[in-house]
Amino acid sequence: MITLLHQGVYCSIQDLGRKGFANIGVPISGVMDAASAKLGNHLLNNNLNDAVLEIAFGGVAFLFDEDTSICLTGADFSPKVNEILIEMNAVVKIKKAQTITFGKRKYGVRTYLSVFGGIQAKEIVSSKSFYKEISGKSMLQKGDIVPCKLFEGQTKLTYSKIKVDEHHFKTNVINCFKGPEFELLTKKQQAQLFGAEFIISNDNNRVGYQLNESIENTLKPILTSGVLPGTVQLTPSGKLIVLMRDCQVTGGYPRVLQVSEESINRLAQKTTQDKIQFVLK
Amino acid sequence: MPNYILSYKSFGENALLIEWPKEISDAVLKDIVGFKNRIHKNIKLQDAIIGYNSILLVYEFVIEKIEHKIEVLKKLYLQKGKNENVMVHHWVIPVCYDLEFGMDLEQLSKEKKSSIDQIIQLHSQTTYTVFFVGFLPGFLYLGGLNSKLYSPRKATPRLRVPKGAVAIGGEQTGVYPNQSSGGWNIIGNSPISFFDVEKEMPCFAKTGDKITFKSISINEHKEIAKALNNNEYKMQFLL
Repeated sequence: MITLLHQGVYCSIQDLGRKGFANIGVPISGVMDAASAKLGNHLLNNNLNDAVLEIAFGGVAFLFDEDTSICLTGADFSPKVNEILIEMNAVVKIKKAQTITFGKRKYGVRTYLSVFGGIQAKEIVSSKSFYKEISGKSMLQKGDIVPCKLFEGQTKLTYSKIKVDEHHFKTNVINCFKGPEFELLTKKQQAQLFGAEFIISNDNNRVGYQLNESIENTLKPILTSGVLPGTVQLTPSGKLIVLMRDCQVTGGYPRVLQVSEESINRLAQKTTQDKIQFVLK
Repeated sequence: MPNYILSYKSFGENALLIEWPKEISDAVLKDIVGFKNRIHKNIKLQDAIIGYNSILLVYEFVIEKIEHKIEVLKKLYLQKGKNENVMVHHWVIPVCYDLEFGMDLEQLSKEKKSSIDQIIQLHSQTTYTVFFVGFLPGFLYLGGLNSKLYSPRKATPRLRVPKGAVAIGGEQTGVYPNQSSGGWNIIGNSPISFFDVEKEMPCFAKTGDKITFKSISINEHKEIAKALNNNEYKMQFLL
């Protein structure tokens, strides 16, 4: 079991999400940066869909009440076990009664804590991912206890450190495809999408990222139609919203771009005031 | 049934959007549902999201050759059966229009220069069509609202609309499946659960189903809520 001693900014349980329920209005949810979360599970020999803790902006502290192995991937917030710095992107042995804390931010926004065998939360509508309307809660709170699988002592673990390409956290390039309403934009509007960088507004969360700069919008709303994580909507005010993992399944704003899966993961490691540049694939 | 001219568009790495002409109608909806069912029988998908005039097909893997997928879909579209009757339910949804729940009824009655009883009658006499489920888990997009009841959304949305609130927003009516924020005009409340995570099928309704609202008293609302809690309530539907 893991006990949350400090709740930090936003920590939730996530797996790869609820697939197959969009027809009844259920968002996909799941880890924001799927590439980083999968890496942790991979290093621990877990299933890629095993649940992990998604920690935004560090600040949390956990107490382990049994021996286990963990792996931290994604954003580097100088993690420590009992005050001693530990490696990111490597399997780390944990002893009973040890605590893990986070400190100074080096890069990224969201850290993933995977444990041996995966976090053992209740599966609701085929997923352990937190999403308020389904799981009843959106984040873990101080004092919450998260069950883990009993550590059986592994022999297969490599204990080697993986070198992660920091490009994933540092590039401002967001690769995308044309959205279904892209061709309705004028040449000038299209050029505005790719001509300059956009700054992420403080309205950014697991549902979507609104961008600061406006582009001229002459498009009418569309008849409500499907959207996905990565869909870039053009709102009536001319502001762009990039939908993220907890987004609704349908929307009425024109869909001008669709961000690639890899770049959704990149975006998940960015926050307020970070700059992004859309690049057409 | 006529064949529509459909457009097929790529939508990111693993999705494909099929669009019908821009109209909201039962005929387009029927065509969409028939096609969706044929697609599900023949192609394995992660999700198929229906909109008023579209289906967004989400494949389980990255689409390598979109032309190939489109070719397969075009053939499937033409394989319309003559008696392609889709199983639809006509649900009867109890709604209590008491002022205790219908907090915007009096205002609406003034604006429409109709009595509250007339508004209730207009709302509960109509047979609505479920176009799709979106916005929130279990939120049904219903078509068929009487044009006399069209009413603009509130300028400032309420932060807390209670679960089960029956409301009118623009040309649409619907039931809030859970407490949420919302700008629609609230005219009543249904004790029925539109989204229940404990059920294998969390939402009973699906695209193409019909809905009628039945006016009930506050006491009946309480009784149904109690029966639902004890798993003793049976959903009513018309054949």
